[in-house]
Amino acid sequence: MTDGPVPALAARGPQRTLLLAMNGLTVRLPVEGSMRTVLHDVSLTIRQGEALGLVGESGSGKTMTARAVGRLLPDGADVSGTIQFDGRDVRSLEGAELKRFRAQVAMIFQDPRAHINPVRRIGDFMTEALRTNAGVPVKQATRRSVELLARVGIDDGERRLRQFPHELSGGLLQRVMIATALLTEPRLLLADEPTTALDVTTQAEVMGILDDLRQELGLAVLFITHNLELAAAVCDRTAVMYAGQIVEVRASDLLHRDPLHPYTAALAAARPSIDTTSHRLAAIPGRPLSAFEAPEDQCAFAPRCPHVQDACREARPSLTELNGGLTRCVRAAELRGRMEVAVNG
Amino acid sequence: MADAVLEVRGLRKVFGSQVAVDDVSFSLPEGGSLAIVGESGSGKTTIAKMIVGLERPTAGTIHACGQDRSTPARSLRDRRRRGREVQIVFQDPYTSLDPRQTVEGTIDEVLRLHHSWGKDRRRERVRKLADLVGMDARQMRALPRWLSGGQRQRVAIARALAAEPRVVILDESVAALDVSIQAQVLNLLADIHDETGVSFLCISHDLAVVRQLTQETLVMWRGKIVERGPTAQVLDDPQDDYTKRLRASVPRPGWKPPRHLRTA
Repeated sequence: MTDGPVPALAARGPQRTLLLAMNGLTVRLPVEGSMRTVLHDVSLTIRQGEALGLVGESGSGKTMTARAVGRLLPDGADVSGTIQFDGRDVRSLEGAELKRFRAQVAMIFQDPRAHINPVRRIGDFMTEALRTNAGVPVKQATRRSVELLARVGIDDGERRLRQFPHELSGGLLQRVMIATALLTEPRLLLADEPTTALDVTTQAEVMGILDDLRQELGLAVLFITHNLELAAAVCDRTAVMYAGQIVEVRASDLLHRDPLHPYTAALAAARPSIDTTSHRLAAIPGRPLSAFEAPEDQCAFAPRCPHVQDACREARPSLTELNGGLTRCVRAAELRGRMEVAVNG
Repeated sequence: MADAVLEVRGLRKVFGSQVAVDDVSFSLPEGGSLAIVGESGSGKTTIAKMIVGLERPTAGTIHACGQDRSTPARSLRDRRRRGREVQIVFQDPYTSLDPRQTVEGTIDEVLRLHHSWGKDRRRERVRKLADLVGMDARQMRALPRWLSGGQRQRVAIARALAAEPRVVILDESVAALDVSIQAQVLNLLADIHDETGVSFLCISHDLAVVRQLTQETLVMWRGKIVERGPTAQVLDDPQDDYTKRLRASVPRPGWKPPRHLRTA
């Protein structure tokens, strides 16, 4: 991937301006007196208006990556590597600059009900950031809220602002969260499993709304999900994480057809299909590893990989370029086009 | 139907002014597998609760193995008999196991409750159940907190099978598992179905899981059955509008979310 300077162009087309660049990020957290690795050598880029999917199983480091971007790592975290947002070093931002950064990077989460004060009205919640941080008068903040609610498909905004969270369904509340996140006119939205707690028909609606907004506002999105199909369907590119490492980055339309890492292929094959009945699924043996359990001197996926060879156990592979994507597999080039077959056979 | 292990007729449940389940009838044949599919509020979990006796039907009847279970059990004996007819595996393996009891102890307790077997026979049966769900001897002596989510769900499945029920209700039993672990548990359930001949009633919102596990499917919407038929047929050629919308909402390669939905 070309991470170098890219000429500023219009927000459309493949050569959009680089917005976020994370390079070699390693994060260790104190757990019971010792330091545990939670992210290892994570590098990714997001351009203006681009949607990047971040897919992985529990403990793979997806949420920790988003928290690192949002400057929300826990106290005592030991961090190395760089994160640049719009050319500025995120890790050293302070004071007014940090405040401006926080307005430009918004977050939405899996369970909207857990991130809203249940005893305050929707209106208080929505306008708080504008009133307290940006000093916008209440009337104006309210008008902006109603406008944004309309953009996420909520037409009776004035009435909704007077309601309490318990009066809204999960899908409606998640739309309120999206509208709230957009109030500060962010350029990057960190969306951490935003539809996982929703019904599938509601998920489709919320994804449609997010997709519309992204195109209308030129908003960049880091979309975290455990659902490979969903990420592939709604994101331009998808990064796959395993044991705290990025193992593949691929154009989303190629992810299922032409995966570059055996884990991606295995993940796709393990998921039952809605279109065909198969007697047995291609399960991956063993269980997903956490980052701190991953061996430092070999491929983290080697113990579960159907293609493992001696070379895989000799060193931890680095993320290398292949056919326009990135893969952390020493056998990727020779395995291309054969992974799917081997997994299913 | 004479050979039905589970027969539900005109089932209805009302909470206050809300009709949660409205005139639902179905039967599950011996050795069969039936899915109840729907989203939150469709009434699918309420049906499961009424079958295992955690909710009482407002109207309608439930028969398992020819015995009526529409009203609460009147004796301990009656309750135990019902336990040997229908067992349930819940969604969350982190809250459905006793944290102070080892895996062996959990399963042995069910055996003591339901069979008047000696210690050796029970131990032998625990070992067989462990084999069936792929747990080794060390894991069997472990407390739940030392086990992963997938391992815990295997324990919950082994516990449900310990009473040798004719029907196992799988209430979103693989929904909380990671994809790679979910595939292992789905394969395990398919093997158990083939080997033991137990019938499955699978409650799920996940159409792909349903396709993998069941032969017949009911689709529920707001308490009512809106479509029913062989699972492959319901998914490949849905007739009801809601089933079509449900089917079209599932992301897959090439899927695009619906545009300009303004329906709040």
